[in-house]
Amino acid sequence: MEFLSNVINGISLGSIYAIIALGYTMVYGIAKMLNFAHGDVIMVGAYVCFFMTSRYNMPAVVGILLSMFVCTVLGIVIERLAYKPLRQATSLAVLITAIGMSYFLQNGAQLLWTSNPKVFKSVVGDGGVQLTEGLYVSHVTLVTIAVCVIIMIALTVFTGKSKMGKAMRACSEDKGAAQLMGINVNTTISITFAIGSALAAIAGVLLCSAYPNLVPTTGSMPGIKAFTAAVFGGIGSIPGALIGGILLGIIEIFAKAYISTEISDAIVFAVLIVVLLVKPTGLLGKKISEKV
Amino acid sequence: MKKMKKLVCFGLISAMMLSAFAGCGKKSGSDVIRIGGTGPLTGGAAVYGNAAKRGAEIAVEEINALGGMQFELRYEDDTHDAEKAVNAYNILKDWEVQISLGSVTTNPCIATAAETYADRIFALTPSASSTDVTKGKDNMFQMCFSDPNQGSASAQYISEKALGTKIAIIYKNDDAYSTGIFETFTDKADELGINVVSTTTFNTDSQNDFSVQLSDAKNAGADLVFLPMYYEAAALILDQAKKMNYAPKFFGVDGMDGILTLEGFDTTLAEGVMLLTPFSADATDEKTVNFVKKYNEKYNETPNQFAADAYDCVYAIYEACQKGEVTSDMTAEEICDIMIAQFTTMKFDGLTGNGMTWGKNGEVSKSPKGMVIQNGVYVGLD
Repeated sequence: MEFLSNVINGISLGSIYAIIALGYTMVYGIAKMLNFAHGDVIMVGAYVCFFMTSRYNMPAVVGILLSMFVCTVLGIVIERLAYKPLRQATSLAVLITAIGMSYFLQNGAQLLWTSNPKVFKSVVGDGGVQLTEGLYVSHVTLVTIAVCVIIMIALTVFTGKSKMGKAMRACSEDKGAAQLMGINVNTTISITFAIGSALAAIAGVLLCSAYPNLVPTTGSMPGIKAFTAAVFGGIGSIPGALIGGILLGIIEIFAKAYISTEISDAIVFAVLIVVLLVKPTGLLGKKISEKV
Repeated sequence: MKKMKKLVCFGLISAMMLSAFAGCGKKSGSDVIRIGGTGPLTGGAAVYGNAAKRGAEIAVEEINALGGMQFELRYEDDTHDAEKAVNAYNILKDWEVQISLGSVTTNPCIATAAETYADRIFALTPSASSTDVTKGKDNMFQMCFSDPNQGSASAQYISEKALGTKIAIIYKNDDAYSTGIFETFTDKADELGINVVSTTTFNTDSQNDFSVQLSDAKNAGADLVFLPMYYEAAALILDQAKKMNYAPKFFGVDGMDGILTLEGFDTTLAEGVMLLTPFSADATDEKTVNFVKKYNEKYNETPNQFAADAYDCVYAIYEACQKGEVTSDMTAEEICDIMIAQFTTMKFDGLTGNGMTWGKNGEVSKSPKGMVIQNGVYVGLD
């Protein structure tokens, strides 16, 4: 019984990592850059939704849609201002810029909304389903898993079938060749960021519905854990993000419950190292040969 | 276009240089006493630093309005980082600070306390509560309880009032404040024969999910959970405990203060939560009412314990300065000796307690008040 309840707790935590990891992995898969500001876009999304639902008493749907809209615009603006000028620069320069952008967003949020913590009102209500005595799944977890699966399928279909999706894949394989084929690389990458940021807004709302503490640094640690989950599942792979996220959550809870609450993070990252040693591209990662 | 860019660049660079110079050697009129402190004004712990800064500002304004002795207050940002705190302190030293308010949070304060000790500048921290802050330094004093005091006082209180038979503890193991209280609590608990059935931890990186910790406490049958931590994490614990239908008594420490003013927090979650705290914004004495009103008018929020501690710091320094006949032309070292003599002998009444005294080790002695949250307000337990 205790074991099962730990599994459920692990899945609850993991589903949150998974939904953040989806956005991470999608941007990485196409733009080939680690957008470390993703966690902070999540935070902005959560704040927008918070203000709509708690301050102005709007229905949750309005809050979610508006926060998706704000994050989409923010994602495009960030991409245009910070990343586009570096399109030809080394990946290290882009990485550092992304870290800078992450701090910029955190401190900007602090100026705008102060560092006083806020308690987020769950958009799916507080209830849950009591399976049996001692086994309890909250609605947030169920919704998060459902949303994860929907997003995963939608993204897979979108990148596989639609014209825009094909353009994205082309850009990810070879930007130069894609351009020669008449694909507008800049627009394609902007759209990638727009989609990634809209996903971030959804992730932010669900993150804060599960763990209602909202501060300007809310997104940073879950963002890093989700990045780990994405690497674990194979960065760039959309189903990998889901599996990696859930596994990471379960490992974290098991490490806490059965080994020690003090060193649970060390154990999580040790598992990651072992996986990467055995399978350097992650669980579902494809082996891509480097061009010479 | 290129020319334009160059012009903009030039403009920005000159603006930068100007602002860099602007920070230098600005000293104000000669008959004010310069008080400086460091605290996290930005970053994750900014809520504490800003509260302390604002509390101190109000006190300085009130004192200056009285005429007579004049203070000038300067707070520098340390982002809750020990290295940056030393840099911030050096800025204050260049400004020729005469009396220090130490640092707001514990780790930075340990670093700045070493500096003020070496420079012979008197320091009184509003809220850095670890004994490592004051240890071995004759000129470092605290306004808040030291961690050991809180831990043992909590254990004593729980035992005296027979609040629980099986106790669980959840503490934050990367935080000196939380571990400090935890250690003295368990020592005292052993001594008093309190039955601790579950001890679990978390850290800054895993501050979201408490399912394992709460399950452990629940499975061990704990009827009281001791939470030596700040209110942010405590709010999540209360929320998650309710979701898993676990309703023990919760007992917090002064870091719990602020939970009721947390925006969007469902105060029914905190119903029945007990805590030991020196300050409550809902108290009805004249001093507190005045302070809360001023703070609300000026900053549009309810002050927490950090603000009250910093406010008391400035008043305690004011009293000591008057009794010791400190004047603004004295050096920091001269003031330091006078202040040490004053603080170890004086009795001070403030927002956070009456009849406070200080020991030679710099620790304050004041009695914590037991509070319980009922219908969304603090009610005295005794």
